[in-house]
Amino acid sequence: MAAALRGSLVTLAKGLNGPRLHQLGSRTLSLGACLRAPEAPPARADSTFKVTMLPGDGVGPELMTAVKEVFKAGDIPVEFEEFHLSEVQNMASEEKLDEVLASMKINRVAIKDPWEYKGELASYEMRLRRKLDLFANVVHVNSLPGYSTRHNNLDLVIIREQTEGEYSSLEHESAKGVVECLKIITREKSRRIAKFAFDYATKKGRSKVTAVHKANIMKLGDGLFLQCCAEVAELYPKIKYENIIIDNCCMQLVQNPYQFDVLVMPNLYGNIIDNLAAGLVGGAGVVPGESFSAEYAVFETGARHPFAQAVGRNIANPTAMLLSSANMLRHLNLEYHSNMVSEAVKKVIKQGKVRTGDLGGYATSNEFTRAVISNLAI
Amino acid sequence: MAGNTLRSTLSRVMGAARSQVPQTRAFTRGMHTVTLIPGDGIGPEISNAVIKIFEAAKAPIQWEERNVTAIQGPGGRWMIPPEAKDSMDKSKIGLKGPLKTPIAAGHPSMNLLLRKTFDLYANVRPCVSIEGYKTPYTDVDLVTIRENTEGEYSGIEHVIVDGVVQSIKLITEDASRRIAEYAFEYARNNQRSSVTAVHKANIMRMSDGLFLRKCREVAETFKDVKFTEMYLDTVCLNMVQDPTQFDVLVMPNLYGDILSDLCAGLIGGLGVTPSGNIGANGVAIFESVHGTAPDIAGMDMANPTALLLSAVMMLRHMGLHGHGNRIETACFNTIRDKKVLTKDLGGNSKCSEFTNEICQRVKDLE
Repeated sequence: MAAALRGSLVTLAKGLNGPRLHQLGSRTLSLGACLRAPEAPPARADSTFKVTMLPGDGVGPELMTAVKEVFKAGDIPVEFEEFHLSEVQNMASEEKLDEVLASMKINRVAIKDPWEYKGELASYEMRLRRKLDLFANVVHVNSLPGYSTRHNNLDLVIIREQTEGEYSSLEHESAKGVVECLKIITREKSRRIAKFAFDYATKKGRSKVTAVHKANIMKLGDGLFLQCCAEVAELYPKIKYENIIIDNCCMQLVQNPYQFDVLVMPNLYGNIIDNLAAGLVGGAGVVPGESFSAEYAVFETGARHPFAQAVGRNIANPTAMLLSSANMLRHLNLEYHSNMVSEAVKKVIKQGKVRTGDLGGYATSNEFTRAVISNLAI
Repeated sequence: MAGNTLRSTLSRVMGAARSQVPQTRAFTRGMHTVTLIPGDGIGPEISNAVIKIFEAAKAPIQWEERNVTAIQGPGGRWMIPPEAKDSMDKSKIGLKGPLKTPIAAGHPSMNLLLRKTFDLYANVRPCVSIEGYKTPYTDVDLVTIRENTEGEYSGIEHVIVDGVVQSIKLITEDASRRIAEYAFEYARNNQRSSVTAVHKANIMRMSDGLFLRKCREVAETFKDVKFTEMYLDTVCLNMVQDPTQFDVLVMPNLYGDILSDLCAGLIGGLGVTPSGNIGANGVAIFESVHGTAPDIAGMDMANPTALLLSAVMMLRHMGLHGHGNRIETACFNTIRDKKVLTKDLGGNSKCSEFTNEICQRVKDLE
């Protein structure tokens, strides 16, 4: 377990190890970066980085095209290895999954859009998650400057355990008409995610971690999770630790979301809060997310919606995926390129001229992508 | 069994819907007895406020005040006192203030006990934006209906080996059908056009799958009500972006717990959200779901709105629409005019002043 923790630290540290300047605290990065970017020498890498690309279902392939176009226009030294694996299009098989895993083993980094599920109890999504042990999902919910919602200037991080809990796929019909679904909480994984959350808070200079639970009802299960969080919290005296019940947390999020900083929680609650918080700042199309294991990092959208009804209509918002790709570049130590992409996206949003339908605009996905490209400060 | 219960609740609700001229009906029936459980902390104050306002509105309600403290029956089983149970069994209708949940008192929470005793299987919470009480969300008008007896709250948990806990979520066909039927009945009787089943059947394919299947089956028999289904996460995402797209939402226990509080947050919190629990055999208990607020108990500062609106829900449930509407209007007008408000609503008045203001308006509306 200790090894796993050290591993996660390494992954985290990797994401931050860029030029010294940037270590000053990535919380203010969006502000600082635009000032610094021109001064920093274009940190050209000697070789290209290989990244596994999993376009997924729904609008995933369209969003990936946007990423590829932007990367090409920005001359970003990343090469994608694409794998089309889809459950709904009958393009999934064990061999395909093995190919993806083999590619991931070499590349260690992937960019991915969600798959739709059907049929089997454990979807490919969850199997990949489990095989790679992607235990921590991080969604940084940040209001986009220039796009006003009901709650502005939000800045909170949601850290979700995503390998156990309600997503265990252990279900059975114990008698006719009676189904039991098992939720599994283990000390090892609870401690691991708690440690990850506190390490994250330490690295990113955040002051508070709040554990979200339902231990008043699930006294043993969520109780164990809560106990693990409290134990780990003692090792980090500089970071404030609180806990809140999930239903109250949801209520507070729509009434006063500013009270939260870093939130850590088991699987299902994470799914709920990720989406709720994404809704607060503009929806599934604008919030990036990432998943980590001790060795791998997968970059994806924060709310993970395949958005199947928008397929082929050229209306999906590429913002989340592009911001996620920028996070990926930072993870690869391509700080300069990362800022280039994220600044371009933020500029387009801030100008407000080219926006997709979900943000109240009339632009198509392609138009948005082109606007981002023309704003790349190469 | 489920069939019977359903029919009995059904007939009650149907009765309520049919009586379009409630005043006359009320008088023909005479007084109704309602069991009142004032509760702890601010409970007695806000219950008094409700009694006063009901008097002003001349609502044909006779209160039977009962205290509930868990007592241990023969065999060590925790139960609610027999006087309270008898009263509820007779009156069938209860109104309840907040009850404190003792920590480590050895007995289960009173709310849980009441739920079990009367088989309160449905929790209904209408969330309607209150004009004048500003939140970032306007025009919210939806109802959450939550299955209240099983799911994640089954209480079945065990430690398999040290450090590994398994909690069991239980979904049954009967309970799923019962809640679905109630939701559709409710939609039909309250002039609501659509019911959305909230689930997570993409992950919990068998359990939530069963719940969803039952909702679909019931939807078939209610052709006049539109039926949609949505993932829990999608509902959360859409809820905070545009709550106006939702109407009646029906869901299993945990999701209901989360969503009902989320929706309460949209309209200003638990201090203004009413709630009703529908049980088998025509029993129904209406309650305010906020805490006991021990810090301001007895100081005449509490806000009785949630309990009052729950009492209004109760009047409607009993078919007393005329009285219900009058009290609701008086309450909403008081809040809208912002002259006499309790502290939590942004005013400076005492609970008794707020109550008197509503009483005055109720009389004026007559």
